[in-house]
Amino acid sequence: MTDGTSTRTDAETEHHDELLLPELVAHLRDHRTQLRQQWAERITQAHLLSAMTNQEVFSEATSVYDNYVEVLETGSVKELQHYARDLSERIIPRGVETHEVVGIVLLLRDVLARSLFEKYRDDFDLLNQVLDAYEPAANRIANTVAVSFVEQRERVIRDQQDALLELSTPVLQVRERLLILPIIGVLDQARAQQLTEQLLHGIRAHRAKLVVIDVTGVPDMDENVANSLVDTVTASRLMGADVIITGLSSEIAQTLVTIGVDLSKMHTVGDLQGGIEEAERQLGFRVSKVPDAD
Amino acid sequence: MPTDLPSAPSAPLPASILAQGPNLIVSIHAALDDEQLLRLQRDLLERVGRDRSRGILIDVAALDVLDSFAARTLADLAYMAQLRGARTVVVGIGPDVAMTLVRLGVRIPLTQTALDLEEGLEWLGA
Repeated sequence: MTDGTSTRTDAETEHHDELLLPELVAHLRDHRTQLRQQWAERITQAHLLSAMTNQEVFSEATSVYDNYVEVLETGSVKELQHYARDLSERIIPRGVETHEVVGIVLLLRDVLARSLFEKYRDDFDLLNQVLDAYEPAANRIANTVAVSFVEQRERVIRDQQDALLELSTPVLQVRERLLILPIIGVLDQARAQQLTEQLLHGIRAHRAKLVVIDVTGVPDMDENVANSLVDTVTASRLMGADVIITGLSSEIAQTLVTIGVDLSKMHTVGDLQGGIEEAERQLGFRVSKVPDAD
Repeated sequence: MPTDLPSAPSAPLPASILAQGPNLIVSIHAALDDEQLLRLQRDLLERVGRDRSRGILIDVAALDVLDSFAARTLADLAYMAQLRGARTVVVGIGPDVAMTLVRLGVRIPLTQTALDLEEGLEWLGA
């Protein structure tokens, strides 16, 4: 902003804005085809949106352009927000990155600004006033699109995390009233909580009497995790199901003893096979090999 | 344990005690306050002596919450009943109740538990 513009009073600004903005919008509408084309070319030149075809870029560019002009005209970003969210939903799965989305909106801002420069280049004061009206709106648009995109992406990530969390702890019935719960990967507080919840509902659904929790796939265990495992066992017992823990590695066994976690009340068996055999014994199953099976 | 509260027999307990063979089946229909819990404990211990019961089954499936006092009272009851010759099993603790108890840090050995009435009766040998 130059000194000349900053000394103007608010009332004057408003007055000019009222007149200038419609003029600006009309200008952008009149030159729609040409400006949109310029913008699409610059997108291609900058190698943005490379995951999309030229045609797709062009059709999205058209929608963004129209939305852009509309926001300038009405001052309301509501429609744009909606569109940006919709657009993000479509392009996120295609692998479009945040910098690309921000990049294209900033490009459009530049293309339009240049066209304004050209139009008003003979009258510097007027140009300043036009830019005063244009810039805040343009910045708000860039902001809105970027925020919508990031929000949408965070939502996708959250959904995926939830899905992963659910997938990662299957509760499986292997015999009548016997469940196994193989835990693979790092256990943290949130996962331990989720796991307990799923196990308890599994116990009710399958009317389980015994659960074998296999931790062969757990690389490491700290005090918190060990304690939440104890909680899981306690909660299962309250529901009437006993728990056998299998697959505690030698490292984990050493860690647990060193940090002084009391697992003495837990029933542990060396490996999953041993655990299942023990559970079958307790439930009264006898598995025998048929002599002529092979 | 307070033995003779003056207001004791006022309202009926939201719990029923049924004798089935040598066992007492207690089903709790709604949340009990502390005073009611103690009354239930007292009533049950009396019944154990009168009916010469060998087992007590307490069904808490209707409860959404079991606070630490209730858990403690049930555990005490189990121990007291044991002293009078009856085994106690608590059945019907749901997933949410179990999680709450564990989260509250209720580490008292809540006697024997079983999934539901059927399991509990089997454990009692009925």
